[in-house]
Amino acid sequence: MELILDHVNHSYGDVEVLNDISLSVGSGEIVCIVGPSGCGKSTLLRILGGLEKPDAGAALIAGDPPADSLNPLTYVFQDFALLPWRTVEGNISLVLEDHSVRKDKARAIITDVLARTKLSEFANAWPRQLSGGMKQRVAIARALSVNPAVMLMDEPLSALDSQTRELLMDDLIELWGQVGFSACYITHNLAEAVRLGHRIVMLSRRPGKIREIVDIDIPLNERINHPAETAAIQRRLWEAMRDEARAADRELSDVA
Amino acid sequence: MSLDATNELGAQPRRNVSELQQSGKIKPVPFRGGGFVHSRHRFIAPILFVVLVILWEIGSQTGFISNIALPAPSEAAGAMSDLFETGMIWNHLSASLYRLVVGWSLGSLIGVFVGLAIALFSLVRAGVSPFISALFPIPKIALLPLFIIWFGIGEGSKVATILFGVFFPTVIATYGGVDNVDRNLIRMGQSFGLSWISIVRKIIIPGALPAILSGFRISASIAIILLVAAEMIGAEFGIGAYILMAGALFATDQLIAGVAMLSVLGLTVGWLISRAEHMLLSWRA
Repeated sequence: MELILDHVNHSYGDVEVLNDISLSVGSGEIVCIVGPSGCGKSTLLRILGGLEKPDAGAALIAGDPPADSLNPLTYVFQDFALLPWRTVEGNISLVLEDHSVRKDKARAIITDVLARTKLSEFANAWPRQLSGGMKQRVAIARALSVNPAVMLMDEPLSALDSQTRELLMDDLIELWGQVGFSACYITHNLAEAVRLGHRIVMLSRRPGKIREIVDIDIPLNERINHPAETAAIQRRLWEAMRDEARAADRELSDVA
Repeated sequence: MSLDATNELGAQPRRNVSELQQSGKIKPVPFRGGGFVHSRHRFIAPILFVVLVILWEIGSQTGFISNIALPAPSEAAGAMSDLFETGMIWNHLSASLYRLVVGWSLGSLIGVFVGLAIALFSLVRAGVSPFISALFPIPKIALLPLFIIWFGIGEGSKVATILFGVFFPTVIATYGGVDNVDRNLIRMGQSFGLSWISIVRKIIIPGALPAILSGFRISASIAIILLVAAEMIGAEFGIGAYILMAGALFATDQLIAGVAMLSVLGLTVGWLISRAEHMLLSWRA
């Protein structure tokens, strides 16, 4: 299955946030979208997953999602979005209940995703007891439980401290090695993009246009051994983005 | 070599504290933190209560407090034990509790439903919430004569007074609580394909529950106040009727006994709501 954005334009009132964006996320591919703050990255992701309608253009699905996928387009949010009144297990079963997966089958799925995200011993913990990193692992486990065709990740590591971020990036790479999920990964952190992205799409500041698309051929699990190459790509992206970021930083804004 | 230089720096002897202390050139950083923290004192309130009652009793016995102005606690206790001996307390209590329980439960139930409807449907909000704002500040006891005409002089009018008094604060607490549920959680529910009813049942209602329960705390106190007021206007039995009768006869000992019953009732209701919060909101810790 391929997820495609076709010439998407979007405005909030008079403010144009996205201008003629076309991109696609193929099967088993992680596409990172980077750009200065306020360039419409999150809007783009909401349009991709059908939480918002674009003014012009469309989000399209090519091919059928896998038959066992309960929720083909599944989000991972920056603020985790866990229900504080449900345990780790309860938060995952929440999204299974509505797809009539119950009892033994649900239990099997929950055990499996908790094991994949190294959370097995925390099944009965409350979200308030977990660190930020663990909360995001729960959110990733919840996303995996519905077997998504494409994961839509909105700055999933931005609320975490840099050490936790490193750990979670390693975990994500390991997970990708096991499951081979596809993802559209929004971030403002170029280091993350260079570590996790098969392709990096750079947006300009508002209104967001595609400025550059970079494909990185080095396999994800080997990138740590190629610091020079990845650093060079990161540097080049930053050179291209710096002026935009500076201008965006000095902009008055009325939209989030 | 630079490496040696850092070594030299690190090897420099640190200033000897005890040496400085002897020379008097050193003093501790003054402590400025502390205070402004609540610590639990479980027994203070009961002890203070007992001490006050004893002082009051002594004041009455010695004649420092005039018996006309305020009866001695022992006299109030006597009036209370009379109530138990004649069995009248059960008549008064059962009448009051019936009105309180029926009025409060119905008012809360309807209030939560209307509050949810206002919060979830913008048409209902636009239509109903101005009426809520307009009717909330009316003292419901002022409407008692109307309620007597509508619902009869018996239990109906008293239950209706409590019901209406409870209804409005419950509506406001409920829709305020729903409005404050984290929008991101709702969006999360939508993004996982949860049905509308699931989002309401599993995300919105639990999220609004803390606000609804603190609304219950307020509405329960309002219910007790209205209960007494309604019973004072027309009732044979009930704590309010008992207090009114005592007041009319200037039997201040009975009056104090009646007020003590109300106080115990209020404390019990408060305790019950705390238990409910403890059970339903255990996830908050």
